[in-house]
Amino acid sequence: MITAAAFYIFAFVLIAAATMVVTSRNPVHSVLFLILAFFNAAALMLIAGAEFLAMILVIVYVGAVAVLFLFVVMMLDIDFARLREGFQRYLPIGGVVGLILLLELALVIGTWTTATEASDLRLAPNPGGGVSNTKALGQILYTDYVYLFQIAGLVLLVAMIGAIVLTHRRRPGTKRQDVAAQIARSGSVNLEQVPTGVGIGELGIRRPTLPEAPKPKQVEHADHHGGHH
Amino acid sequence: MGQRLNRDWMTMTEPMLAEYFPILVFLGIAGAIALAMVGGSLLLARQKPYPEKLSAYECGFEPFDDTRRRFDVRFYLVAILFIIFDLEVAFLFPWAVALGQIGWFGFLSMMGFLTVLTFGFVYEWRKGALDWE
Amino acid sequence: MDGFLSTPVGILAITVAQTLALLVPVLIAVAYLTLAERKVLAAMQMRKGPNVVGPFGLLQPFADAGKMLMKETIIPSGSSRLLFIMAPMLTFLLAMIAWAVIPVQDGWAIADINVGILYLFAISSLGVYGIIIAGWASNSKYAFLGALRSAAQMVSYEVSMGFVIVTVILCVGSQNLSDIVRAQENVWFFIPLFPMFIIFFVSTLAETNRAPFDLPEGESELVAGFFVEYSSMSFALFFLGEYANMILMSALTTILFLGGWHPPIHAEPFTWIPGFVWFALKICLCLFVFIWVRATFPRYRYDQLMRLGWKVFLPFSLLWLVITAAVLKLTGWLPA
Repeated sequence: MITAAAFYIFAFVLIAAATMVVTSRNPVHSVLFLILAFFNAAALMLIAGAEFLAMILVIVYVGAVAVLFLFVVMMLDIDFARLREGFQRYLPIGGVVGLILLLELALVIGTWTTATEASDLRLAPNPGGGVSNTKALGQILYTDYVYLFQIAGLVLLVAMIGAIVLTHRRRPGTKRQDVAAQIARSGSVNLEQVPTGVGIGELGIRRPTLPEAPKPKQVEHADHHGGHH
Repeated sequence: MGQRLNRDWMTMTEPMLAEYFPILVFLGIAGAIALAMVGGSLLLARQKPYPEKLSAYECGFEPFDDTRRRFDVRFYLVAILFIIFDLEVAFLFPWAVALGQIGWFGFLSMMGFLTVLTFGFVYEWRKGALDWE
Repeated sequence: MDGFLSTPVGILAITVAQTLALLVPVLIAVAYLTLAERKVLAAMQMRKGPNVVGPFGLLQPFADAGKMLMKETIIPSGSSRLLFIMAPMLTFLLAMIAWAVIPVQDGWAIADINVGILYLFAISSLGVYGIIIAGWASNSKYAFLGALRSAAQMVSYEVSMGFVIVTVILCVGSQNLSDIVRAQENVWFFIPLFPMFIIFFVSTLAETNRAPFDLPEGESELVAGFFVEYSSMSFALFFLGEYANMILMSALTTILFLGGWHPPIHAEPFTWIPGFVWFALKICLCLFVFIWVRATFPRYRYDQLMRLGWKVFLPFSLLWLVITAAVLKLTGWLPA
């Protein structure tokens, strides 16, 4: 009963937050609502028994992806008036793309079939016998699903290279620190010890005799030292 | 406090969930403390705002221009690279837990994955994407 | 009595009592950490430090708190009010809820979840938000710059922290924090995993924005970084959150590498002292090193900081992770 109540609360907040993402005017607020939606999705996963996925959802989506979104919307200084101007111009193309996607979704949902074991599996997210959620995933992900796993690696590689190609450019006229070069340089500069005071004797220069150092003033309050009560 | 609490009334459906209940309690109590601190200060302290006091700090000048302006693209690059490596770590967690069961094949499968990503890492290093000047 | 304790209300009451029993000492520890830092820094610079309020200045933290409470809360004119107030509360909240899973002694973790270490990793990756939101909401250039730097820095060191945590999990075979400590009954992990211990500790320095990586709040260039515009209790919340994070990171270091509640030797005089005292002592040791480092090292430059994170720690910790896995696999020491 309590689990069901928790499920409906989290599901309701999730949908409400997702609606706010689309409708809120300020893009920063949109991203913050998106984060709220992620948290509720993580809570739903917990209720379903998928602890590991819940934590990974928070780590990857909230801790990394949403940070990037926040970076982008906070710093891109979006001009909303111009954005709305463009809205009219791109409406036909956008409408066509949206329509195609809608049709495809309808196709997918229309031909949806459910495996007979699915409803039982859904109630048993862990294989039982004290095997934790993470371990259960680990036991099949790297062996039974090895191709999918390797493809995931390739996708990440493409993302990495793509990000560098798109955003990186060398700026001329900037200075970089080359640590290896700095350390390697140490042989070319030598410290040599020179005998000190030799030159003075050669030139016949005598150090001027210091005037008599003034005697330290007699401290009158020596007895009261440190006695500021 | 010595032994595990009996939270049977919650364990009817999912025993694991009962372990997460204290986190909600922590959230509630810490939130109450934070609200009480800010609210207490708002109530107790004398509030006397005026425009000069409320203007943004700029070493005594009037603020020159708007704060929220375009920023160096490198910060985005750092964020993107972080996402990729974070995912790599996410893939490593189940592997580390289950390494005893999945044999040498599982070990080598992860080595292959890491090698692919190491190529990417070497590429970004050579491109100078990790350099700041 | 037993009947009451197993009703929902009774369990809620117990959990609230447990929570307070942990959070109140943590808050007091935070208050005294601020004093301890000033005292230790003073001693290292041959000064006396705060010594006026109370004997040896022991009441100084409370005097500070009272002063903060009586100050005016200034909300800058161009800021987003709600987010501006929420950011410090968020930082404080995150630093507090992480304590729910910390095993202070065997069986004393209040929320003994299976994926405890992931939970802590998730919480520490959320720490960026308080800072970014504060920097953006206060609409001030220094705050914004500081927030940006801070976010990029925290994110950079989190990757190598992740690799270190995975290495420890490899040696334990579980993500439960109590299991991690139990696995160190005979050998604390800082001995076999010494390089990872060092990387982890340095990363926690960067993660908590402490010296020598405190350039998000570099006084000389950014006045105070992301919290320039904050005053009164909202400033105090940031401060508390930051110091609570230091204690949390020390606790995490203790759990992962310094054997948690285990005494150094399982022999007579050491086993008289209860486990949570050992745990607290180890945390104090880590905190002392935090302060010691601050008194000793000059601040890093930003490019050096990024270089250390991405070009030294990241490849090295990945390499060491692979080596550890291979050694464990070859010797058959892997936990089942």
